[in-house]
Amino acid sequence: MDKSKDTNQQESSEKNKLKTGSVAVITALEKMGVEVIFGVQGGAIMPVYDALYDSEMKHVTMGHEQGAVHAADAYGIVSGNPGVCIATSGPGATNLITGLADANMDSDPVLALTGQVPTGFVGNDAFQECDTIGVSTPVTKANFFATDASTVGDVVSLAFLLASVGRQGPTLVDLPKDVTGGKTDWKFSIPEIPDHIQIPNRADQKIVESAAMELSNAKRPVILSGGGVIKGNASEELLEFVDLYEIPVVTTMPGIGSFPENHGLSLKTGGMHGTGYANMALTHCDVMLAIGTRFDDRLTGGIDTFAPMAKVIHIDIDPAEISKNIHADYELLGDAATVIKQMNKAMHPNPNSTEWLDKLQEWKAEYSMDYGDIVSDGKPRPQHIIEELCKATPEDTIVTTGVGQHQMWAMLYWTYTKPRTWVSSHGLGTMGYGLPAAIGARFAAREDQKVVCIDGDGSFLMTLQELSVAVREELDITVVVLNNAGIGMVRQWQDAFYSNRRMASEYPWIPDFAEIANAFGAKGFHLERIEDVKKVINAALEYKGPSVIDARIDSSENVFPMVPSGGANGLFALREEHLEEL
Amino acid sequence: MKDKENKRGLSGPAPSERPHPNERRNKEGIRIGLGDPTELPKRITTFSALVKHEPGVLSKVSGLFARRRFNIESLTVGPAGDINNARITIVVDENETGIIQVKKQLAKLFPVLSVKELSNTAIERELCLMKIKEGHEKEDIENMVSKYGLKMIDSSQKIITIEITGDRLEIDMMIEKFDQFEIKEIARTGIAALERGSKRTT
Repeated sequence: MDKSKDTNQQESSEKNKLKTGSVAVITALEKMGVEVIFGVQGGAIMPVYDALYDSEMKHVTMGHEQGAVHAADAYGIVSGNPGVCIATSGPGATNLITGLADANMDSDPVLALTGQVPTGFVGNDAFQECDTIGVSTPVTKANFFATDASTVGDVVSLAFLLASVGRQGPTLVDLPKDVTGGKTDWKFSIPEIPDHIQIPNRADQKIVESAAMELSNAKRPVILSGGGVIKGNASEELLEFVDLYEIPVVTTMPGIGSFPENHGLSLKTGGMHGTGYANMALTHCDVMLAIGTRFDDRLTGGIDTFAPMAKVIHIDIDPAEISKNIHADYELLGDAATVIKQMNKAMHPNPNSTEWLDKLQEWKAEYSMDYGDIVSDGKPRPQHIIEELCKATPEDTIVTTGVGQHQMWAMLYWTYTKPRTWVSSHGLGTMGYGLPAAIGARFAAREDQKVVCIDGDGSFLMTLQELSVAVREELDITVVVLNNAGIGMVRQWQDAFYSNRRMASEYPWIPDFAEIANAFGAKGFHLERIEDVKKVINAALEYKGPSVIDARIDSSENVFPMVPSGGANGLFALREEHLEEL
Repeated sequence: MKDKENKRGLSGPAPSERPHPNERRNKEGIRIGLGDPTELPKRITTFSALVKHEPGVLSKVSGLFARRRFNIESLTVGPAGDINNARITIVVDENETGIIQVKKQLAKLFPVLSVKELSNTAIERELCLMKIKEGHEKEDIENMVSKYGLKMIDSSQKIITIEITGDRLEIDMMIEKFDQFEIKEIARTGIAALERGSKRTT
């Protein structure tokens, strides 16, 4: 960070050694280890693209800036390092906002670079001017307006660093054209975390010990494993802890993959559409060890009835999440992996929870996820398609989704066993996330790793232009559109809570997604008959390149279990008539 | 149609057939007993934040308060000695959970260097300008100004302008006392505050 030394060593007369602010931006990215950038060209960002011309970094031209930021977001989830996206000023920048808000809600590491009109024009409503700092402030972890060619490189590397340290999240640097076009003798130096930013690591040992005592003496303990376990690379530590102390695990949605779902102590995911047994465990536990979760309302249901008997031990790296929504009896501020290890050492006896574990086994049978028939209305059921897709793919396959019913089925009927294999939009619930996320995930995944996008027709229609990118870049991804010709989740709510008044949720006509795929140059498949499920899935998976399965499903299919918004988790509906009781 | 749909879904006991605990939490997620009040009491408290002196920092701070619906009573900003920094003093009216959130959320903003909730011995001052119509009570007004040690800083075109400094309550009280006259306009600066004595503010 100390540039004075560098400048002293520099011969000031060597003017030809000066570089532009854009070169500084690109150099900073390269030095920070960036390999792929997702972006869309445009006027104010052209100087940066010009510098990118000479770079080894891969640039993926996306169809829309929203696609760029979702791709970067998924890249960040799968790789663990910030995904980088780039857009021009004005509409380019505002098109990023949805994806930044998404990344902000889910704590996904993303760095966004936006072009800006020259500094002298800022504030004059110039062409494609937008107050990008103003509109992105509520949806970024930190954002910076670059003021000078000589500092812009440092600002970019700092923003990259900030996206990944502590609680991860999106950062943005706004780059006025005169700054990126200006000259500087800047040299890269490794960014340091500013003094005023504390990155918690070890939790207070005294609290750890009293929390461990509480958990050791629990009769009905449960672990709630959140996205922070994945972001904090703490899955191994968690598995070791669970195996040692035999505590059942419920994951949050972003926490899917943090604990293997084929483990005997896994209760899968809790919350609004969580499994019945996960929600029973949350409702009846007496001690909850919650790790890396912000207790979102889709998880808790009504706060008044959430784990109402539980003493809560909350491990989180963000102090503001501890006791924000659910009061923590034991506040453990720190890094997930480190604090789990501390807890592991501090535990005394095993919790004596045989009765509780037996009860959970009973509940697993009583509230089984068995959906019965595999055919409905003559069409294969979505649950069955997902189970078959899961069987047909290796264990480390990455699943991306849009938002809606298909997302819930993808969550419930796929068995996730590894972190960073579930890539979805949780907090913001951004329809259209799935396809661009599959593109971003593809670039972050190992070459031999499969990437599958389980999408809905509504979500797919929102960003399907990104199929052109998948074709152009020859990306091996498989998109399965669970096509119920409508916004199924809204339709389900209208049936349940709005007296079946189906307003703007059913499409009277839906395009043929297989033909659309073919027109883009991808490979399209139709799936309408139960006997074709395996055959079509295998053919699509074997196709080297982007493939799309248009799977027609019964449009009246609903997602269960379901906790009505704000309801008690333990009072989930298993079928429609249960909703009438609530 | 409806019957057919009812057949779908999952098997298992209906919600009413399941065990369900009677315990509960309040809105802040704290476990409470059946007779306990659900609302936490609010209190007024003052935060001092040292921030980077850069464009947009005030909007970042005030935007945080707006989008998280924190209840601001007063917010002031000004230089803090060091040319690179500014001090923001914020008075909020929140319950205990809210007060803790204010502090933690403020601390998360990148340009915020440090935040502290001030102790109740901290020195707090506000400046208030008050314009009063002179009328035939001019002497009464002048008497009150000298009685309470205030400053009359202007008297022109039949308007007397008074300067009051004090803590929030003192100013509230003074305004109330002058209410018997015809107050034309009031401008208050909001609270500036520092810890007392050798105690550091931030």
